[in-house]
Amino acid sequence: MTDTPARRHIPNRLDKPLNAAIFSWEALLVAVAVAIFAVNSFASPYFLDAWSLSDLTFNFTEKALIALAMALLIISGEIDLSVAAIIALASTMMGMAVQAGAGTPVLVAIGIVVGLGCGAFNGLLVTRLGLPSIVVTIGTMSLFRGIAFIVLGDQAYKGYPPSFAFFGQGYVWWVVSFELTLLLVAAVVYWFLLHRTSFGRRVFAIGNNPVAAQFSGVRVGRIKFILFCLTGLMAGIASVLITSRLGSTRPSIAQGYELEVITMVVLGGVSILGGAGSILGVVLAAFIMGLVTFGLGLLNVPGIVMSIFIGLLLIIVIALPIVWRRVRRERFT
Amino acid sequence: MSFLKKLMVTAAFSAAMFVNAACAENVKIALVVKSLGNGFFDAANKGAEEAAKELGDVDIIYTGPTKATAEAQIEVINSLIAQKVNAIAISANDADALVPALKKAMDRGITVISWDSGVAPEGRQLHLNPSDTSLIGETIIKLAADYLPEGGDVAILSASSTATNQNAWIDAAKKVLPEKFPKINLVATVYGDDDSAKSTDEAKGLLKSYPNLKAIIAPTTVGVVAAAQVVTDQALIGKVNVTGLALPSEFKKFIDNGASQAVALWNPIDLGYSAVYLAHDLAVKKEEAKPGATLSIGRVGKVTLDDTNSAAMAPPFKFDKSNIEEFSKIY
Repeated sequence: MTDTPARRHIPNRLDKPLNAAIFSWEALLVAVAVAIFAVNSFASPYFLDAWSLSDLTFNFTEKALIALAMALLIISGEIDLSVAAIIALASTMMGMAVQAGAGTPVLVAIGIVVGLGCGAFNGLLVTRLGLPSIVVTIGTMSLFRGIAFIVLGDQAYKGYPPSFAFFGQGYVWWVVSFELTLLLVAAVVYWFLLHRTSFGRRVFAIGNNPVAAQFSGVRVGRIKFILFCLTGLMAGIASVLITSRLGSTRPSIAQGYELEVITMVVLGGVSILGGAGSILGVVLAAFIMGLVTFGLGLLNVPGIVMSIFIGLLLIIVIALPIVWRRVRRERFT
Repeated sequence: MSFLKKLMVTAAFSAAMFVNAACAENVKIALVVKSLGNGFFDAANKGAEEAAKELGDVDIIYTGPTKATAEAQIEVINSLIAQKVNAIAISANDADALVPALKKAMDRGITVISWDSGVAPEGRQLHLNPSDTSLIGETIIKLAADYLPEGGDVAILSASSTATNQNAWIDAAKKVLPEKFPKINLVATVYGDDDSAKSTDEAKGLLKSYPNLKAIIAPTTVGVVAAAQVVTDQALIGKVNVTGLALPSEFKKFIDNGASQAVALWNPIDLGYSAVYLAHDLAVKKEEAKPGATLSIGRVGKVTLDDTNSAAMAPPFKFDKSNIEEFSKIY
């Protein structure tokens, strides 16, 4: 635990030497992704097929959208465990609107606004009352999903309008789905926000040292509040997508998604302690998780073995650079 | 390094070719279950393999997610579509949420049937019920009532609140209660989510909340074991009778120790067997699934489809002290 270079290391503005770029986290992830892609191609004759690869992306696009905002939140030193519950609540509200006869544009608006509202609620509790985000969001996780269960019980909302199916089942061009397109656009937006704006620099500053950031004139509370809102917003968008993909709402929708989102963020190289990370890493991690689960699925590997693989992958990818650094240091000193 | 790499690549490639060649001949029928690691579904797979052996030209792919959720099952369906299987026979975690994914499968020429826990009619060609919903509903109450001549309080410990089949049985049970079992008083229905720990907590909660409880009815193989264990641990054997739907092999000790008088279940082996036969009927023999059609399910007999293209296989089968020994060896 004495080795926490991530917190001291603020890489994004400084020009990196070529050497550092080659040994960067993102390079490692690219190598892992290429390796998994190659193994999959050899292991299953069905992998290299445009439609297979397109179907593959549905396994992670919704979670990856949330992971983008979650990455910023974790970099700032906070966390949101309620994202899956926000999906459930937003989906339930959309279902209620359908029963009342709402059309597609209204449904999308409701999903996004409910998500945003839940995020703002989390943000207010954390920034105004000064409560730890992990405690607040464990609470709202039960609260939001609890409301969905009270409204729906063991029932389901169905009857979404046919045009609503486009968001989760539609294709923009050939095999390129709407979900994937949205993810790529959102990734560029979040990359710009985190790595190319002063807002992004402030997020890093807060994550590294919130007190110093405060004394430097950064409005810590306000930025954290915005980050919670963004995370809620992305959960709302994900809710629209998944509800559209499933064509129905049950209160158990998206159960367990929060941990998969956080796994993506951590695998993407974001320090769980805050202060370091990149959007590119998170996007690569999302693809890697999708490739691994789909590749193993093609070989009909049981799900439990798949979870073991994901767990091992996470440990290996995180341990590897630390071990590598330690070995090198021992050799030179 | 380079030689080793070449060797590995060649090995992997020839393995892939071999798999490809083997698959080209046989019909691939995927038996998709709610979640793996469940004795009931493992038994169904045994039946599926038996049917495959009889039919000769069938390969069974036995698969399912780790978490019993619709989202995880959709990932499994996507990978089966990619493998270009000939038929999918699925026990669904959610009747509605799987419809778009299964429609996609049918659009790409895959035969889709549901069994055990059904999918909405637009998401499958036919559905095979293990038994008749109203018969099961009546059976689970009868199992408790048979040993309660004076009547009394009973409670239901179900799977998840969204489980299609459990909800249907409980509704049917509630319907027959007032006329056929007037002395039986159903005090509560709780949900253990087919999770051992949660089911245990819910069973403890029932015993605490209703001190006069005479029987716990758990129409789920996970819940019934949890409830029987709680009754055993709290030394309530003889006071509270645990019953419901249980796998004989998992439940034998609770019949033996008296925590339960009797449980029931249809034969999951027959269910997996029949599901594969039906998938084969549609995918290979090109029989049409339409209301009124009669389809063969091998040694189990024949089924006739109703208005919603569903069929019932057989009535549930009771296990008590007299036959649990024999059936616990089978499944």
